[in-house]
Amino acid sequence: MTAMTLAVRDSATMLRRSIKHIRRYPEMTLMLAGMPVVFLLLFVYVFGSALGAGLGGAGAGRAEYLTYLVPGILLTTIGAAGTGTAVSVATDMTEGIVARFRTMAIARVSILTGHVLGSLVQTMLAVAIVLAVALAIGYRPDAGPLGWLGVTGTVILATFGITWLCVALGLAARSPETASNTPTPLYVLPFLSSAFVPTDTLPAGLRQFAEHQPFTPMAETLRALLNGTPVDTGAATAAVAWSLGLALAGYLWAKWKYNRS
Amino acid sequence: MDSTPAIAVTGLRKSYGDLVVLDGIDLTVPAGTVFALLGPNGAGKTTTVQILSTLIGADAGAVRVAGYDVAGEPDGVRAAIGVTGQFSAVDGYLTGAENLRLMADLHHLDRREGRRRAAELLARFDLTDAAGKPAQTYSGGMRRRLDLAMSLIGDPRILFLDEPTAGLDPRSRQVVWQIVRDLVAGGVTVFLTTQYLDEADQLAGRIAVLHHGRLVAEGTPEALKRMIPGGHVSLRLADAETLRRAQAVLVGATADPAQLRLQVPSDGSVTALRGLLDRLDGAAVEVDTLALHTPDLDDVFLALTQEEIER
Repeated sequence: MTAMTLAVRDSATMLRRSIKHIRRYPEMTLMLAGMPVVFLLLFVYVFGSALGAGLGGAGAGRAEYLTYLVPGILLTTIGAAGTGTAVSVATDMTEGIVARFRTMAIARVSILTGHVLGSLVQTMLAVAIVLAVALAIGYRPDAGPLGWLGVTGTVILATFGITWLCVALGLAARSPETASNTPTPLYVLPFLSSAFVPTDTLPAGLRQFAEHQPFTPMAETLRALLNGTPVDTGAATAAVAWSLGLALAGYLWAKWKYNRS
Repeated sequence: MDSTPAIAVTGLRKSYGDLVVLDGIDLTVPAGTVFALLGPNGAGKTTTVQILSTLIGADAGAVRVAGYDVAGEPDGVRAAIGVTGQFSAVDGYLTGAENLRLMADLHHLDRREGRRRAAELLARFDLTDAAGKPAQTYSGGMRRRLDLAMSLIGDPRILFLDEPTAGLDPRSRQVVWQIVRDLVAGGVTVFLTTQYLDEADQLAGRIAVLHHGRLVAEGTPEALKRMIPGGHVSLRLADAETLRRAQAVLVGATADPAQLRLQVPSDGSVTALRGLLDRLDGAAVEVDTLALHTPDLDDVFLALTQEEIER
């Protein structure tokens, strides 16, 4: 067996392990989706009318803000799920089973790829739950089949990037408790992007930060795809580049951490 | 059987910062034998197992397991070994059967063979009834048995058991011991660590005593016991007067008046015992009870580690 087929085969085994964990503990997935749902309801029903009016346009209100907000909430979901990934990686590392894996003739990276692929599945489930709630409270996207394909691709890519980063954060954490704190910026960053309000409403310094951080191009791309409006090539390229860049950085960091410990 | 030793270690050293954990260990374990590494907590037993099983690297020394160098050819070592660590290495979320099938998949057994091996091991380790329950609901003894079963699914030639019976009740301990004996009968080499001397005595052909990162003694259980004088006969007498009279006829005896006991050095042979009783009879001394104490590994261990502290 070549190194590559071995890695694929062992990763598939580890993915099956992760999926069993997800199926046995659906509460975890529901909990990861819970916070974004609370944000969604809070922002739409409490701030929605005022923020919608602020978006401009005649008679703009809560419904318009819902349309603006959903892509951002989907990104918040991905960030929240990342916390779950970091905690589950950190917890796993404290278990004897990982020590056992390390004494077996398997592709070492498969322990990490198993976590990444499992988290990808879990995040997709959480995103689907949040999207279902959005649809239930009146969200009506205008995306066609190609648009949905684009949405799926963007969400998967963003999740891939954030998950690899969170796997590294989980490995770098000294304990599962630390691991639940270190990904906090991923929770906060969407607020400092165009996910909740357009960046041109922000003060100068913050605006520059918002325009150059990963969540803004991701939010812009998702919003255009969901609304069925033309996608800004610059934003789409930046979204893909950030996703792949985060994934690569996270992968290298995680691999280094894993091999060192 | 192949004459390459299952485990060959020379000059093994490991430190964590200023703390020297292993300070030059040499040991050889022939294939098909049981070797026990005996030592108190913190002696370096777990560190030794971690190095031999490729979990951590050594600072110095040559370590070959199953003929492979642990540093240069770790995958060769990993393919030949099974490890059951001190801390349960089972996936608590998965059922017993799923844990075993996970191991089968990671050993790249085909699906059918994997299921067959898993079912066979569940039956052998008396876990068939619990096979469908998550491992986190298992008792300590069941987890340890599952843990061992998981180490065996790939048919390892060398098995590392790090304190395999720590925290188990006497019955579960017996079960684990029997499993080890069966494995050895099947030709598996077992390297076990323990702080229980009777466990080493029960299972191992050779024992090494590890203390402060160094091997302070090595040999068969019998050879180690011979290193230490300590055999004696303990007599209990009815009253202080009888004790005094007994002490008068037995040379070298030490009395414990509070307990009405007399301790007489003896090699425990029938001749020596007969001579002792004859002398007591001659002096018309009535003995209440008599107990024979042969030196056990506890004596050896305490003597060796004591010596080490005094040095």
